[in-house]
Amino acid sequence: MASQLPHKIKIGPGKTVCAADGAKHKKRFIVYRWNQDEGDTARLDTFEIPVDACGPMVLDALIYIKNRIDSTLTFRRSCREGICGSCAMNIDATNTLACIRTIQECPEEIRIYPLPHLPVIKDLVPDMTHFYAQYTSIKPWLQTHTPAPPDRERLQSPEERERLDGLYECILCACCSTSCPSYWWNEDRYLGPATLLQAYRWIVDSRDENTGERLDDLEDPFRLFRCHTIMNCTSTCPKQLNPARAIAEIKQLMVNRTL
Amino acid sequence: MTAYPIVEHRYDVVVIGAGGAGLRATMGMALKGLKTACVTKVFPTRSHTVAAQGGMSAALGNMGEDDWRWHMYDTVKGSDWLGDQDAIEYMCREAMSCVLELEHQGVPFSRTEDGRIYQRSFGGMSTHFGKGTAQRTCAAADRTGHAILHTLYQQSLRHQAHFLVEYFALDLLMDEEGNCRGVLAWNLDDGSLHCLLAHTVVLATGGYGRTYFSCTSAHTCTGDGAGMAARAGLPLQDMEFIQFHPTGIYGAGCLITEGARGEGGYLSNSSGEHFMERYAPSARDLASRDVVSRAITMEVREGRGLGPEKDYVHLHLEHLDAELIEKRLPGISETARIFAGVDVIREPIPVQPTVHYNMGGVPTDLHGQVLTHAENGMRVVPGLYAIGEAACVSVHGANRLGSNSLLDLIVFGRAAAEHCAARLRPGAPHKAMPKGLLDPILEKFDKLRNASGEISTAELRREMQKIMQQNAAVFRNREILREGIEKLRRLWENMDDIKLTDRSLVWNTDLVESWELGNLLACAMVSIHSADNRTESRGAHAREDHPKRDDQDWLKHTLCWIDPESGRTRFAYRPVQLQPAEIDSIPPGKRVY
Repeated sequence: MASQLPHKIKIGPGKTVCAADGAKHKKRFIVYRWNQDEGDTARLDTFEIPVDACGPMVLDALIYIKNRIDSTLTFRRSCREGICGSCAMNIDATNTLACIRTIQECPEEIRIYPLPHLPVIKDLVPDMTHFYAQYTSIKPWLQTHTPAPPDRERLQSPEERERLDGLYECILCACCSTSCPSYWWNEDRYLGPATLLQAYRWIVDSRDENTGERLDDLEDPFRLFRCHTIMNCTSTCPKQLNPARAIAEIKQLMVNRTL
Repeated sequence: MTAYPIVEHRYDVVVIGAGGAGLRATMGMALKGLKTACVTKVFPTRSHTVAAQGGMSAALGNMGEDDWRWHMYDTVKGSDWLGDQDAIEYMCREAMSCVLELEHQGVPFSRTEDGRIYQRSFGGMSTHFGKGTAQRTCAAADRTGHAILHTLYQQSLRHQAHFLVEYFALDLLMDEEGNCRGVLAWNLDDGSLHCLLAHTVVLATGGYGRTYFSCTSAHTCTGDGAGMAARAGLPLQDMEFIQFHPTGIYGAGCLITEGARGEGGYLSNSSGEHFMERYAPSARDLASRDVVSRAITMEVREGRGLGPEKDYVHLHLEHLDAELIEKRLPGISETARIFAGVDVIREPIPVQPTVHYNMGGVPTDLHGQVLTHAENGMRVVPGLYAIGEAACVSVHGANRLGSNSLLDLIVFGRAAAEHCAARLRPGAPHKAMPKGLLDPILEKFDKLRNASGEISTAELRREMQKIMQQNAAVFRNREILREGIEKLRRLWENMDDIKLTDRSLVWNTDLVESWELGNLLACAMVSIHSADNRTESRGAHAREDHPKRDDQDWLKHTLCWIDPESGRTRFAYRPVQLQPAEIDSIPPGKRVY
């Protein structure tokens, strides 16, 4: 992609805008800015805003800044209720969704960066192409050999269905993968927690008939086994899912089948 | 003007939008061997279908007896008889096979003890033509939209459909004969412009909830398809019918599914009264949405609201079994905690009617082909389809029933794919593009990109949203609507004075939002004019100055055109199709719940 952050980036001086004169409650948002016209220099802009005048979430603050102070500020957003996964970013040193992170629980100075270790396209918008390609690589769809019954659903007991809880809810925000040091160093070969959670979602689906092939595909020193149980994925997941456990379960299945 | 290099592509089909309808159509087209591209301004799983909660209706009968004819009756009655009965018949009959197809594709539906798809009660859904309560809404906990959207995206990957992700569709390419020849789209990633020629373009762009200040809709629900159709000189149908969901979280506007009441939740006012018993003695909290939203509004008006402003009511779940809540309603429990600070197991949720869904849209036939007005009736617009919330088939008429929208997406997404597959030859050659088709669009794009007036996009948008909130609310009357029209007209003129500050081409969201505002404003104008024009009350359109339904004069669809320059509107009408294809008509009757 032509329009990505160059490798050797300098941080130049940013601007400071105080838009909270006289306000009782204010906070400072320090926001990472870069676009391709600025070459190899990124900057950190500081916006001081009256928090009572905007909504309760960090996303509301970003929208406040975009609407009233600097309409060039660029970020993804859509559902604003934590289900679409668009506004994943690094807020106050944690990867999370801006729309469900409250301003109140943030410190007086809130630092906002794009998700770490991804190429940046502009400001808080990272390039997720590789992340999506990894997701596609595990063939994340139901694979069966037995034809589906023509006039009814495939049966699945409530207990079998329950095994998908905590897995199918993933919103592909990439907060977990981009918080993982193993993924930072080996993102080209290690699939990362989000994709592995999805792999496990299909492995444990009682309707899927390709468990063996799915495990074969993961049997690799990098694709799966670069997970070193650092657990950043689980602590950062804004949906309270547990990718680390899913990965551990896959490893266990690998061991079981060799016994 | 800047010379914009254009990348030209040729496809059999271009689908605009990757929500439930767009993905189902894309997948279906790809499966049939048509060279198909899906253009989407957000990554597919971020489309607003992902936020649908309660479920998808289909008379599977997994939880007790059911029949698609009862579903049809409920839908016709829910539509306040404005829905076209042939379309509703088709949708309800196709529903079962559509849900089963989704299950076969891997949707993680909740299950009954015997392993079948779990179904819950929903507003307006009955058995035996209104006599009993149906459990018809197929659910994956309260995250059904998420489950379905992700599955459809996975299936699209499986069938190697081609996506143009984070491309923003600007305008349709309409030739002089009125045929749609493609679409001009802007790749946000590198700023390039793309002329996508296609034998068929499918609008699957969703609704325009963001015309209002408070709505359950995502920031991206900006009526792009309706805006493009309007600029192409096509009419929009029944745009006065805007659904207020009874239970948006007070203040934040986030959706709390009707499934919460389907699982046994109920509403109360400031004196703790279970007030729906007065408004809908039989269906109570599960009356259809327009009825419940009006009831809440009446309670608040009469001083029985809660809170310092006495402007909301309570939705109670705390009497329900905690385990049931955890199993069936985990998503809204999380939403209520985050956005209302409420633990639903212990306390009620503050809720208010919130703009949720647009029954109106681009008029189409049963196959999704876009229709326009001709001298003797309607005619097909060659090369253009519309599906999902962007379209008006019309299966929802004046009021949509909950869980009929996911159904609508899948049924008509599939219908459009099948119809295209039967009519298009894969790889058929394209006619030469008429010269100059792109010029006016590029000119407009360049002008807006460099606009340096006095008023920011955000200011204009906020003003529009406040006007719609105030002047096109649950209850309307001539005076308030006319005032809104006047204000919107001034706003329309102020669009010439718009100010952008981002001049770049890569990920210029200032420009995206400004283009979207143009789409929104066209939708808002058409909606409020249509609301002023329709002097009766029907479904979601409640006129205080015309409180009765008037079948004599108004059992007909509104068609409204807006002039993209002047903003002036004009009207025509088309009859409601009261005759289904195979079964007896359901004649207009009294609508009581």
